[in-house]
Amino acid sequence: MFSSGDRVRTSRADPAHHTRVPRYARGAVGSVVEPIGEHPLPDDRARGVTTVEPVYTVRFSARELFGEGDHDVTVDVWESHLESA
Amino acid sequence: MSEHHDDGPVAAQTRHVEALLEARGLLDAVELDRALEAFLAGASPAQGARVVARAWVEPEFQDRLLADGNAALEELGLSMGGGIQPQRLKVVANTETEHNVIVCTLCSCYPIALLGPSPTWYKSEAYRARVVRDPRGVLAEFGTELPEHVRITVWDASAETRYLVLPRRPAVPVSDEAELAALVTRNGLIGTAVL
Repeated sequence: MFSSGDRVRTSRADPAHHTRVPRYARGAVGSVVEPIGEHPLPDDRARGVTTVEPVYTVRFSARELFGEGDHDVTVDVWESHLESA
Repeated sequence: MSEHHDDGPVAAQTRHVEALLEARGLLDAVELDRALEAFLAGASPAQGARVVARAWVEPEFQDRLLADGNAALEELGLSMGGGIQPQRLKVVANTETEHNVIVCTLCSCYPIALLGPSPTWYKSEAYRARVVRDPRGVLAEFGTELPEHVRITVWDASAETRYLVLPRRPAVPVSDEAELAALVTRNGLIGTAVL
């Protein structure tokens, strides 16, 4: 479980099946804005398995994602795709 | 754009699946039409504009809206229901120093219950790919030039939350809630325009 303000890194995994981590945000470090409830993990649901887990809004700097830019991007990420950073 | 119909095969597939479900008695076409009509009947940017105008005239409502979008919608008789499951609404407020813009880079997630069907450009690969990398440049193409000191946050709706931008109240001598609502544009609610 993560809390608002926690530093997290997204998974680098590039699975053959469906995943909800946008490619531009893989392996990136950001901070948790807030937990936003528990929802079935789409990666599993697309394969016929229902796994419900927490989802978090995570804020990344454009510099972290793209190496340039002065804005932020938030992405909603399932817990399986996050680790402490 | 009108010469490209990228969604053509998808639409054909959807119709094919629908026909199969009907043929097997798993789906009632009349029931489906009724559900879609009920959902879309109340879904237009006018609903989002109502929410924004209320937030402008009632600061306490604005606080509640930013803290819990779904609960605040209920006060106006609105909801994020109508789809497969009610969606979480997160309202993000523009300020003098912060500007927000929404996108769904993976597909086309959009607060349909409050804004109606999304504009074609919102679903285009160009908007989805570019707004996360260069929001200032994309906004400029919409005719929206933000001062240098304004920090932009792009909200990518990659899960079950739908985002709505609360624009800044225009500096005009209007205080009537309905008249204020009439000043709110769809692009203002997406964040590609300021009012």
